[in-house]
Formats: sequence, structure tokens, C-alpha cells
Amino acid sequence: MTSADVTADSARALVLEVLRTVAPGPALDRLGPHDDLRDVLGLDSLDFLAVVTRVSERTGRRIEEDDYDRLADLDGWVAFLAT
Amino acid sequence: MPALGADMDTGTLVEWLVAPGDTVHRGDVVAVVDTEKSAIDVECFDSGVVERLLVDVGQTVPVGAPLAVIGDGAADGAADSTAPVLGADRPPVPPAPVAHPLSPLVRKRAAEAGVDLAAVAGTGSGGVVTRADVEKAATRPPANGRVRVSPYARRLAAERGLDPATLSGSGPDGAVHAADVPADVPAGALRRAAARGATAALMARSKREVPHYYLSTEIEIAGALSWLRQHNREVPVGARVLPAALLLRAVALAAREVPELNGWWVDDGFVPGDGIHLATAVSLRGGGLAAPVLHDADTIGVDALMERLRGAGERARTGTLRSSEVSGATLTVTNLGDQGVDVVVGVIHPPQVALVGFGATRRRPWADGDTVVVAPVVTASLSADHRATDGATGARFLRAIDRILHRPEELP
Repeated sequence: MTSADVTADSARALVLEVLRTVAPGPALDRLGPHDDLRDVLGLDSLDFLAVVTRVSERTGRRIEEDDYDRLADLDGWVAFLAT
Repeated sequence: MPALGADMDTGTLVEWLVAPGDTVHRGDVVAVVDTEKSAIDVECFDSGVVERLLVDVGQTVPVGAPLAVIGDGAADGAADSTAPVLGADRPPVPPAPVAHPLSPLVRKRAAEAGVDLAAVAGTGSGGVVTRADVEKAATRPPANGRVRVSPYARRLAAERGLDPATLSGSGPDGAVHAADVPADVPAGALRRAAARGATAALMARSKREVPHYYLSTEIEIAGALSWLRQHNREVPVGARVLPAALLLRAVALAAREVPELNGWWVDDGFVPGDGIHLATAVSLRGGGLAAPVLHDADTIGVDALMERLRGAGERARTGTLRSSEVSGATLTVTNLGDQGVDVVVGVIHPPQVALVGFGATRRRPWADGDTVVVAPVVTASLSADHRATDGATGARFLRAIDRILHRPEELP
């Protein structure tokens, strides 16, 4: 899956799928596009790293620690992956 | 039955993963045991061939009771092991005499119907209670208007963490029977309550018995974090090291320098740990705390420590911790940096004599010589048992952590 093939919808679906493997539950079902993932889903640094690792593996795209600031909410992830 | 926690008295065998005839090696997971807090995968202590399983699934035995006989594979029947075999040399106990022999069917029906057999007048020969007697007693309306809950239903409800008063019954006069107790109640609720109880007991005991003293120090970690950043750029994402692992490594190395804080208070004396085994507090989804143990944390590099931390965190959350990960801790580290608090002043987990806390890393003004810079700062705290050490020792320990974090190149 190259960056060119990633649409906003598929990016959102992918991130939600990965989040489901880390923090399933009602908070995820109600997640809004601007909700801070760490706050709302209760992700700690181990969880966040698991999300980053899994999305990285599935998209074949290396995500750097410097990118983390852009990945605080779902919209941020979508914007990052769809570029 | 291994001791899978300082307060554990008994364990229940949930599953056997080996059978007689299987070859096992030291460290293989051979059984799953339930403690009050969670299910633990038990690792084998010996290598050999399983000769006999001594405990059945569902059986609860005290810590120390033998679970299985492992031999060296010698030929049939020769029980080579010198380990005491549970129950082998006890004479069979004669059955107690029964006053009114009741057929098991009648007994079962009475249990199902919530009928107290002692209160039923038996119409069978010799005054024995018959099935018809039980059925008649079952349809009697409740004397005080309260809904009857059968003993079996009551037991099921208790097992599933339900209040029988909230159930609606399908029996006569709304009596609640076993079939009325929903089976799909998440066992998690009951499990969490038990785990909470165990944590509560340990913390209460700590505060009652351990005279705590507390120290804290702010540690500037710009150098350590920039070393880590560079390190992480050079490794695959899956091998990325978190600051938490770096802090754990620093604690492990500091414990080498100040071994008086690494060990246990037993029988009015300090027993040094047989190695540096760090318990690291992990919060569980849905509430609750686990503290998986990373053994010999000072002998492995920061990458290996991260790997262990990641695995233990995962296993703690999915309830699949291994027996080696729940016992033997010599020192506990609580890192609540992710929760956004500045300082953690924790409660020691007895019989350990110390607990290290880390708060969130914050960028703060910091004096660098005569200038003020902005630097990432983390507050490290120590809660220590005053029977084992004094403030001077505790201070030495925190200073050691500070010094080690200023030499990140020595960390891996």
C-alpha cells in the first residue's frame, strides 16, 4: 500500500482497526475526529507505541517520533497517512 | 504450587497443558493457575518426563503443594521422584453414617427447588423424604413474601458476581432457579473485585507495618532523551525504546550501587535480593494494577529491557502473565509519567524495602551554570522502609539515578 493509494476513508478505517486491537470498548466506538487519543482512550506510552508500530507495519511507512505531535487525534492520523 | 505473589496462600489449577508422558524443559509453560488476582501461566522448574499429574482441574491447593511428578523418563511405573506425593500414604476415610439415606435425585430436586430438606416431613418408609414430598414443598408460597432463590442459583449468582435479589425467577411464586442466573456476565467484574481486594490488603498491610520515609529529586534529562531519540532513529519502529525503559535501566544500575534498597525485610532483618528484579507497575484497562517483574534487569541492555517491558505489559493486560513475571521482585518502579502527574509518592510493596516513582517529564526552566535554559525534567521519588535504610542511603540512590542518566552512552 503506497501513500498514493491511501484515501482519507481507508486511512481512518485502518487507524480505527489498529486502535481496536489496543483499546477496544465504548470510548473507541464514540471516538470523535478531534478527540485526543491518549486522553479519551486512556493510551499510555506503551499503547501509543503499539498503535504506531502496527500502523507502520500495515502501511509500510516508517513513523518517526518527531511525527507524534501530528498524531494526537484521528484527523491528524488521517491527514498524515493520506499525504 | 508456586508462590505467585507475596500474599498468596492457595492457587486453583485451571488447565493442564501437559499430560503424563510428555517431555518438559525448565521454563516451559505447563499449566494455568488462578490466583485471586488473575490467571498465571506456570513455568516448569525442572526438565524431564511428566509421570503423574497430582492436582485436578478446578482443585485448589496451598502454595507449596506438589502439582505433578516429573521423572527422568525411567521405565513404566517406577516413581523415581523423592518428592512427597499428596495423599498417597493416607488411609481411606470410611464414609460417615447417614441418618436418613436420601436418593441423590431427591437431593438434587430439593436443591433445584430451593427446598430445605430438614423442614420437609418425609412420607416414604422410615420417614424418608420422597420426590413427591419435595415437589409439594416446592409449590408452597413463601411465608414472608420474599422470593425464594434456590441454593444452586445462589451459588451461581455468587460465582458470577450477581446479586440474587436482582434476578427474576421462573419458578413457582417467582422463585429464582439456576436457569434464571444469566451465564454471560463477564467474569471480569468478579475477577476485578478480587484483584482490588488483594491490592487493598497489600497496601493496607504496607501502611500498617512499614515505616515509610520519602525523598524526591528533579532530574534533568535532555542528554538522555536526545541520546534516546538518536538511538530510535537507527532501529526499526518495532524496536523503539521508550523513556520508561531508560528510566528502568537507570534504576537497575543504581540498585547495583546501593544494594541496601534491593531486597526484602524478613523476620526483623534485611535480606539482600538474589539479583535485581524490578517490578514495574502497569495499569490495567478497566481499572486495577499489575506489577510484572523483570528479572536481572541490570544484566540486560536497554533494548532487551524494552522488549521485556513491552511483552510483560501486553501479557499483564491480557491476563497471560507467566509465573516468573509475578514473583521475586526485589524493588518496584511506578512510572505515572503518562498520567500527567509531576511526582509519584508511592506505597512500598512488602516485603520489599523500597519503591521508586517517576512523574511526567516536563520542559522547565533549568539553571545551567549562570544561565537559565529550558530542559526536560523528570521528578524521581523514593519511598523507603526506615527499618532497612536511612535517608542518607536513599539520597545516595536517587543521586546515582541522576548520575547514570547523565551518562546515557553507558546505558545500553
